[in-house]
Amino acid sequence: MNTDETVIQAENLTKRFGDFVATHAISFEVFRGEIFGFLGANGAGKTTAMRMLCGLSIPSSGTARIAGFDVYSQTEEIKRNIGYMSQKFSLYEDLSVVENIRFFGGIYGLDRRLLKHKTNALVERLGLQSEAKKLVAQLPLGWKQKLAFSVSILHEPRIVFLDEPTGGVDPVTRRQFWALIYEAAASGITVFVTTHYMDEAEYCNRISIMVDGRIAALGTPEALKKQLNEPSMDGVFYQLARGARHNP
Amino acid sequence: MKQFLTFVRKEFYHVLRDRRTLLILFGMPLAQILIFGFALTNEVKNARIAIIDPAKDHASRSLAERIGASNYFEIYEDVTNRNRMETAFKDGKIKLAVVFPARFEHDLMHRHNARIQVIADASDPNYATTLTNYITSIVQDYQQELTGTAGLSYRITPQIRMLYNPQLKGAPNFVPGVMALVLMLVSVMMTAISIVREKETGTMEVLLVSPFKPAWVILSKAVPYLILSLVNVLSIVLMSVMVLQLPVAGSWLLLFAESTLFIVTCLTLGIFISIKTKSQQVAMLISLMGMLLPTMMFSGFMFPIENMPLPLQLFSNVVPAKWFYIIVKSIMIKGLGFTAIWKETLILAGIALFFFIISLRSFKIRLDEY
Repeated sequence: MNTDETVIQAENLTKRFGDFVATHAISFEVFRGEIFGFLGANGAGKTTAMRMLCGLSIPSSGTARIAGFDVYSQTEEIKRNIGYMSQKFSLYEDLSVVENIRFFGGIYGLDRRLLKHKTNALVERLGLQSEAKKLVAQLPLGWKQKLAFSVSILHEPRIVFLDEPTGGVDPVTRRQFWALIYEAAASGITVFVTTHYMDEAEYCNRISIMVDGRIAALGTPEALKKQLNEPSMDGVFYQLARGARHNP
Repeated sequence: MKQFLTFVRKEFYHVLRDRRTLLILFGMPLAQILIFGFALTNEVKNARIAIIDPAKDHASRSLAERIGASNYFEIYEDVTNRNRMETAFKDGKIKLAVVFPARFEHDLMHRHNARIQVIADASDPNYATTLTNYITSIVQDYQQELTGTAGLSYRITPQIRMLYNPQLKGAPNFVPGVMALVLMLVSVMMTAISIVREKETGTMEVLLVSPFKPAWVILSKAVPYLILSLVNVLSIVLMSVMVLQLPVAGSWLLLFAESTLFIVTCLTLGIFISIKTKSQQVAMLISLMGMLLPTMMFSGFMFPIENMPLPLQLFSNVVPAKWFYIIVKSIMIKGLGFTAIWKETLILAGIALFFFIISLRSFKIRLDEY
């Protein structure tokens, strides 16, 4: 992690839907190569915030720069510089492993020869040589998930957004998955991850906890525990979320 | 452009790997042509008819025997005069009556021209036409035989009267109808489902986050279905030419150009549905109830629009299939050119444009709320 280089910078970022304020003037910074955990109960405004950062949704007010690009005017550049993995793994089940990799690489405009090279390298790295021609539907869940993550960083983005990437997966597979995340972060990709699992929050360099559209706490897991005098992340989260308009 | 082709290829993988989709795509037109072509219309067997023969001479009897001997007809013996015939028609006991003149043989032999009356119950116009055609051909056979043996020309002129529906309105020429139906199903339902499926599986999110433009996502969904629908048009037309012996009277090029326009209209409808719905089931239900049903009811293919109450007649104007049905009938059956159908073409194009614009607008709104 390199605190000299800011890759996500949000200032008073706000999104209103009519009278409802989904995110209320949130401000934070994320540094290059950092694993940034974005926590919050359902409906706390995580998804809305993430959509603004991805360039999918125009903020109502405030500013944000993603990889140096403005979320109002440079959404195209933002999209080219980020990767995204949704909670549903988002691979095509009726396409083979190789076809999925080629498709997602293809829509990022990767050159055919480069893509072929990257496809082979990826299949080899994940140990999927014998499954390369199989349909994704036939892969076990853990492998699908690893493949989905690898596909989301295939075009070497500067930031990858992971939206609850480990939902419904067993703890062992989750650990293996986090090994991949560390590997990506070590190579300089910034990881922005939302999660419900408090043990995963501990894996992050820093976390922010959203409550009712505001950032209620931000810091390293250790600092937050100390600050709120709680022995575990569970306690931290519960103490903060208890004050919400709608208890989770 | 390369990204676009990548996407289109992926779409083809989806279609070609899903057996159900393939079945609907290619099995359905085949089944419908065969069902409509053979099971529902042509074959008439043992239709009850009456023969009223006041002449009872040699010629009239031998013609009556020929009619009775054919598989198509069964002679209903109770009806021997015109009054009885009336009631038998009304009670539905007979579908057709052949009436000989009092001096049939005399007319035939001496004036070389005899008339017989063929009266059909045309409340089912299709059936009535088929029956009268059979009678006519039996009469012609008989006439040729007479001419052949005697070396003289004899003419028997069947005078056909259609009861209840003299103009045979709504006689379904079903091929244009099947075309409208199949295209509607393929282009509207399949497109809607395939887009909504991406929403359900979460892949849509990934596509939207990618630099590939949202409008292109939609467009590259539409292209494969445009191509597949054109393949369908070709297969239906080929089948109607080869299996049903119904030739294309007008221009093939015009037929395909108009079909493309209709497919585009359907695609915009499908895209509109997919933007407004979140699950495949809802998309399918809306496509079926909102599109397929009106297509069957209001295209004029199954039920004549002229007989409907005025509000429904007015409603039929917004059903794209109605215009397409008129266009295809004009080209395939009447052999008319573009000048005869430019109005219908314009209306279809208008509907397509309308849905294109509102889809585009609601898609933008959707993106922000999604």
